[in-house]
Amino acid sequence: MLLEIKDIHVKYGNIEALHGISFHVNQGEIVALIGANGAGKTTTLHTITRVPPPEGPKVTKGDILYKGKSILPVEAHILVRDYKIALAPEGRHIFGNLTVEENLILATYARKDKAQIKKDYEKVYDLFPKLTERRYQKSETMSGGEQQMLAVGRALMTGSNFIMLDEPSMGLAPLLMYDMFRVLKALNEEGMTILLIEQNAHLALKFAHRAYVLDTGEIVAQGNSVELMNNPDVKKAYLGG
Amino acid sequence: MLTSIIQNLFNALQWGSFYSLIALGYTLVYGVLLLINFAHGDIFMVGAYISFFVTAVLLGSYTVGLPFALSGTMVLALAVPLTMILTAFVGVMLERIAYRPLRRKGVNRLYVVITALMCGLILENGNLALLGASRKSFPEILEKVVYSVGSFSMTNLKLLVIFSAILVFVILQIIVTRTKIGMAMRAISYDKFAVPLMGIPIDTIIVFTFILGSSLAGLAGLLFAMSYPVLDPFMGSLIGWKAFIAAVVGGIGDIRGAFVGGFLLGFIEILVMAVFPSTFRDLIAFSILLIILSMKPTGIFGVARTTKI
Ligand SMILES: Nc1ncnc2c1ncn2[C@@H]1O[C@H](COP(=O)(O)OP(=O)(O)OP(=O)(O)O)[C@@H](O)[C@H]1O
Ligand SMILES: [Mg+2]
Repeated sequence: MLLEIKDIHVKYGNIEALHGISFHVNQGEIVALIGANGAGKTTTLHTITRVPPPEGPKVTKGDILYKGKSILPVEAHILVRDYKIALAPEGRHIFGNLTVEENLILATYARKDKAQIKKDYEKVYDLFPKLTERRYQKSETMSGGEQQMLAVGRALMTGSNFIMLDEPSMGLAPLLMYDMFRVLKALNEEGMTILLIEQNAHLALKFAHRAYVLDTGEIVAQGNSVELMNNPDVKKAYLGG
Repeated sequence: MLTSIIQNLFNALQWGSFYSLIALGYTLVYGVLLLINFAHGDIFMVGAYISFFVTAVLLGSYTVGLPFALSGTMVLALAVPLTMILTAFVGVMLERIAYRPLRRKGVNRLYVVITALMCGLILENGNLALLGASRKSFPEILEKVVYSVGSFSMTNLKLLVIFSAILVFVILQIIVTRTKIGMAMRAISYDKFAVPLMGIPIDTIIVFTFILGSSLAGLAGLLFAMSYPVLDPFMGSLIGWKAFIAAVVGGIGDIRGAFVGGFLLGFIEILVMAVFPSTFRDLIAFSILLIILSMKPTGIFGVARTTKI
């Protein structure tokens, strides 16, 4: 197991948002988290990234293991620098006052592997040709979909081999959305482990190897994609019958 | 007539340099944290005092002295980095003790600004309590050299002051626009949440910002003390406010704004003094700045809520 979440409870202030969830991600897998709005999907990823309060949630019980070691005491930036875990957050959070290129450069802040960084630039620009066109443009002047590509590209530039994506398809036109998933699939085939949040349960289950269904801070169903697609409860609640 | 104009221009450049150096510190911290560090003027004052003690030790005119004598240039060459380092230390302490705990708690920025004001008062009155109300007179380090071309003249000290301000501006501009740490500084003001997700330690970048800003205040303190060699605990107050206003008029958060704003204020002041009695200086200067601000509230280089720094 690459990542193991064990009975994690978290709070925002005094309100508990996750009531003891457990799941795991194996090396090389694509795992999806699905669930209704407010189910706790984003909270789960923010817990893993160790974003501290007040923005992030506070862990009150449970543990998170990465390669068998607890990452609860690890600081958020160390998690990226040393553990190579990246997050493309919900709502993009790109640095709008910087150019596209500066955003990508900044993601390499903690890296020293110059030759690989160069290859990664080429790869990102190759995967998202739109970003090449917009290279020297201030990123806040890009369209929402283009900003989404930048958010994913930026996560890739951290050189991580485990990447978490919080609704990467948000704001993308259908065609671009399939493009994005094709890109992610290709990355996975090259060895990237992916933990994904996706509103579109159909798409998520088609794309992921396994999935977990979250409902108000608890995991209510899990299994491989085919199992879940045929699970009557999941069908009714998330796949529209 | 012409000579007096040119002579005044040099004075304006010199005062503009002081304002710029201090305004850069305000703008750096604001550009990263969106915090108006009202203690900054007093860090300038602390910098002037630090430079006083540093040079006193280097010149051997203090209780502890060096076992050998140093030349004036040598004293200056040592006093500049030492003053900058020690003043930076004071700035970083403020960040650690006063601002960081508040940031951790995620409090409203207003409270941080009030805290900054209080820190400034503590520095002033701490100095007053420790060193007493008597003014300190700064020793002469550099032998005064007057360069005269035709009928107007320039001192080496004035040249040094102006040259320092320009050099500092160029270096800062390069740091902020070209380096990764500069990009990280700009990124923090836009979206603090995403910064650690890039593997960037926010606290380190913030400390770096305070080091830059305070060391510049220290440099300004040293140069000011050399130019106007009388120090008192409240010397940072008015000049600090003026530099802050210069930064705002230039467009706070923008390096170029602080630089241009500082010189603009220097020029306006000298210009007013050339025409009106000196008691009118601040009144008219500030009125002009007020008019500029009411025409362009974001300042000369300011853009509404996009680029900070
Ligand atoms: N920063 C925060 N402070 C307080 N409460 C929060 C915060 N972030 C999320 N919550 C609460 O935690 C719960 C889970 O929110 P979360 O954002 O994890 O949901 P989600 O599954 O990602 O939903 P969506 O599909 O809408 O993105 C919600 O009830 C939400 O109101
Ligand atoms: Mg969410």
